[in-house]
Amino acid sequence: MSEEHYLELCDSPVQFENASSVNNVFFDEANKQVFAVRSGGATGVVVKGPDDKNSIAFRMEDKGEVKCIKFSYENKILAVQRSPKSVDFINFMPDLPHSEFSQECKTKNATVLGFCWTSWNEIVFITDQGVEFYQVLPDKRSLKLLKSHSINVNWYVYCPETSVILLSTTVQGNVLQPFAFKCGTMSKMSKFEIELPVVTKPAKIILSERDIAVATIYGQLYVMYLKHHSRTGNNPGAEVVLYHLQREGACKRSHILKLNTTGKFALNVVDNLVIVHHQSSQTSFMFDIKMKDTDSNLNIHQPVLPARSIHPYKIALTGPAAVGSQTPVPCELYSSTWSVFQPDIIISASEGYLWYLQVKLKPVVSLLQDKSKLMEFLLRRRDCKMVILSVCSQMLSRGDKGSLPVVAIVFDKLNQVYKEYLEAEQSYTMAVECGPSRGSTAHKRPVRTQAVIDQSDMYTHVLSLFTERKDVSHKFIIAVLMEYIRSLNQFQITVQHYLYELVIKTLVQHNLLYMLHQFLQYHVLSDSKPLACLLLSLESTYPPAHQLSLDMLKRLSTANDEIVEVLLSKQQVLGALRFIRSVGGHDNISARKFLDAARQTKDQMLFYTIFRFFEQRNQRLRGSPNFTPGEHCEEHVAYFKQAFGEQAFIKPVTL
Amino acid sequence: MISPRMATGMQEKQYTPSLLNFFIYNPKFGPREGEEEKKILFYHPSDVEKNEKIRNVGLCEAIVQFTRTFCPSKPAKSLHTQKNRQFFFEPEENFWIVMVVRNPMVEKPNKEGKPPTIEYQEEEILDTVYGAVLQQCYSMYKLFNGTFARAMEAGGVELLTQKLEKFFYRYLQTLHLQSCDLLDVFGGISFFPLDKMTYLKIQSFVNRVEESLSLIKYTAFLYNDQLIWSGLEQDDMRILYKYLTTSLFPRHSEPELAGRDSPLRPEVAGNLLHYGRFLTGPSNLKDPEAKFRFPKIFVNTDDSYEELHLIVYKAMSAAVCFMISASEELGREFCEQLDGLVGPQLTLLASDICEQYNINRRVSGPDKEPQFKFIYFNHMNLAEKSTIHMRKTASVSLTSVHPDLMKILGDIHADFVRVDEDEEIIVKAMTDYWVVGKKSDQRELYVILNQKNANLIEVNEEVKRLCATQCIVTRHLNGYTQTLYLALIVSLLWNAII
Repeated sequence: MSEEHYLELCDSPVQFENASSVNNVFFDEANKQVFAVRSGGATGVVVKGPDDKNSIAFRMEDKGEVKCIKFSYENKILAVQRSPKSVDFINFMPDLPHSEFSQECKTKNATVLGFCWTSWNEIVFITDQGVEFYQVLPDKRSLKLLKSHSINVNWYVYCPETSVILLSTTVQGNVLQPFAFKCGTMSKMSKFEIELPVVTKPAKIILSERDIAVATIYGQLYVMYLKHHSRTGNNPGAEVVLYHLQREGACKRSHILKLNTTGKFALNVVDNLVIVHHQSSQTSFMFDIKMKDTDSNLNIHQPVLPARSIHPYKIALTGPAAVGSQTPVPCELYSSTWSVFQPDIIISASEGYLWYLQVKLKPVVSLLQDKSKLMEFLLRRRDCKMVILSVCSQMLSRGDKGSLPVVAIVFDKLNQVYKEYLEAEQSYTMAVECGPSRGSTAHKRPVRTQAVIDQSDMYTHVLSLFTERKDVSHKFIIAVLMEYIRSLNQFQITVQHYLYELVIKTLVQHNLLYMLHQFLQYHVLSDSKPLACLLLSLESTYPPAHQLSLDMLKRLSTANDEIVEVLLSKQQVLGALRFIRSVGGHDNISARKFLDAARQTKDQMLFYTIFRFFEQRNQRLRGSPNFTPGEHCEEHVAYFKQAFGEQAFIKPVTL
Repeated sequence: MISPRMATGMQEKQYTPSLLNFFIYNPKFGPREGEEEKKILFYHPSDVEKNEKIRNVGLCEAIVQFTRTFCPSKPAKSLHTQKNRQFFFEPEENFWIVMVVRNPMVEKPNKEGKPPTIEYQEEEILDTVYGAVLQQCYSMYKLFNGTFARAMEAGGVELLTQKLEKFFYRYLQTLHLQSCDLLDVFGGISFFPLDKMTYLKIQSFVNRVEESLSLIKYTAFLYNDQLIWSGLEQDDMRILYKYLTTSLFPRHSEPELAGRDSPLRPEVAGNLLHYGRFLTGPSNLKDPEAKFRFPKIFVNTDDSYEELHLIVYKAMSAAVCFMISASEELGREFCEQLDGLVGPQLTLLASDICEQYNINRRVSGPDKEPQFKFIYFNHMNLAEKSTIHMRKTASVSLTSVHPDLMKILGDIHADFVRVDEDEEIIVKAMTDYWVVGKKSDQRELYVILNQKNANLIEVNEEVKRLCATQCIVTRHLNGYTQTLYLALIVSLLWNAII
């Protein structure tokens, strides 16, 4: 059963002092820092960073209850909100005065709902009457207003990744106005309306900020809306509606995630998957917006897998301070004290833990039976390589009846991604070679994700082991190898030699040489010198391999020396000579090598012919039929004289 | 029996070679005097008087015995006489097949009243060609009946004679001795030129079918009567290919050539999803009376000796042979399963191949009539190609050149067989024809060209030139055409240089 938990809390959570009457805990989504503020800061503030290593501890004056506390980027300036009207600042840069300064919101009678850092020195105040964008001047201990915008605000949501702030406006709260911030500029994006389930007569806020989250999924910004079902309708359950937020143009409703149940939900986004936690059933749903359900309308998604709870988690009994001997106890999952933050953070303030939510891929493999869907799903995940390779191994080892079409689909999916990467890499190389582009955009080297499974991965982790298996029929092994080669060819990927070698080895092992022969005949195994040599070595068990090998060498047209060697080794001295002459290489060959070979045949006339050929060559090249000492042919000259007599030599022509 | 080929002059009649006798005997079966008849297992024509049969068999036995004293390892293969030629073949120990062919002859009329003079042309027929035809007879018998020895084991002489009678009675009628030529000697396989990707798709198809219908032991794939894939070993494929292309396919080609509404066309029975149909076994699956009997073939007779059902299934121009162990019962259920699985896939594949083939053809340029005709054969993979033969049908193989030229080809080949070395022979034939034969390693190439007033050197140059231009045209084609390209090149290499 534990194999089925596909969600887990990370092993090394960030631990902090749990919230209590004297200790207030704050979380900053931008820097992913937890602030533990004791007694308003007077007895200490402890800031724990995302990896729990670089924690910061300091004290500050207790000037009233802290409502919100956040560092700017790189912990340069600390902003603290203690009153509904103003925000206080403390420099954290060395060489600058550490004393506080304060900024009141510009709009009269406005209440500051909160603030967000958008860079190391730029900050946005969100008030009930609009937004105010400031630049902090730490050396002058003052702020400069860059821009402001008046609008009635109910609440806001900030997405630090993209520096986009969503403001809830109108009476019902369902018209959302996004603003994007970048390098001192504030741009208003087009507003959009969230479709509420029912229109209630009394004018009151219906859309709650609890039901809205913003996150980037597959590089696109989405506003996620938890739409609770209306009690009156026959609606089967709640759903999550995704609105695609673009820099330009209107925000569009793009995806609907069906939950098919009701109750309290919370949202996370992990590895581009939308995770919906359901408190009453203590389970979580997982959605992949790129997964298309064939049986439903476009962009209506059912959970990828059946809902499962997060993997059980144990924590030390006495909290974070304790070390050692206490036996860990199970942590209460889906607790009502949990707070969930985007994209993947779960905080238990009462226990002093911050976890990152993680997706485990292994359990997915057994839960998702459809291999095609599974492969698509895995290829979109971050740490997928080893899981994919193990899925491939598993799929092949079972050798189920009718599994070849599935194998083909899986290979095609892998090679599609592989090909896309190769193409990106190629166009990058070409662009670099062409020099710097005229435009300002620098060429970016394509990132090789784990989903790029190349031939060497397949060979090392899957195919080489698979071909060794004794319990799988050789027919199936060859079919699989051919299927992989087919798939590579289909995507026009050059097949590596070691795959051919694997095919040949398997065929030879099972004495299927005629099959090999046919593959070569149709050039399924591409020509190469190593392959030709491999074929030559097969000649003793399969004589036609000789011709196949020679043909291949000839086609390569860069292997003339090898052809000569092969022919000489077969004592086809004349053949070798004719060949080298036909390709115009006969002026550069070693006379001794040919004469040696001719002597070995014990054929006097052949030796005579070859000797005569080289005499004529000498005459033509040097004007004399004699061999030079450098050619080391003395032995053969002597033999020629002995066999045919002095008068048989060509007479040097003297002019 | 004797058909005049053509009449030259007013009354001169020419007769082509024809089959006189065909018999099979085993000298061990009636060693004692008076029991000679027992030796004879099959005799054609059957209406020959008993004593003549015994005499003819005895004569052959004696010739073989006598010549053996000169060369025990190579017994006589043929006997030349004025009127006919006898061919001897011992396919299995002590089993002899003998074929007697009447030499071609010319009948010249004489002055009134006198009987015409008959001139036998005893040098016109080639040992290699008819020797090969005889061996093919045995191979074809073995493909459908297994070896003689096995039949003896199973049912003694009685069964064997029964089988021989049944097979050869029909087979001999299909022998057309007058149109046998070099191609019968080669017994080659024509391979379909195909690009790698389409070939891999076919591989994939074969593997999938074999995986889902695990009864299937071997598969062979053909397109346009040309081989693409064989799961059988080369020798078995060679004879199966011969059967398919000269007997089975021609018998079934007519319905396809016929129009859609022709009564010849088999019932499509509303199933328009695919064009697949069985060439062996049930002709119409929808027919409740359909028979699910398939021909049986014997392969790997040297070692594992397998008896197999031969299922031939065709969709458009693509034909697939599925071979299943004969011990399996094949019924309606299996055939429907196969039809449902293979039919749609094969239909798709066939149109893929057709499309790809047309692309290749377009790339390689317009189909120009080459200025020369050739026959190519590679002993290593049995690949053959002929631009001389127009079309093979069950009845006759049509050639586009004069029989005399065909005989020269056969003569050159016979010369090649005698020596192991690579060689080249150029022959000036009558009229303006030149015949060039080249042999290199395992390949043979024969070119016939017509050039007025050419000399030997010019012909040699011309063949070189033609080969070179022809190569450019075929460069884009894959598969064996490239092999051919190479063969042409390689053969050029062997031009004498000294």
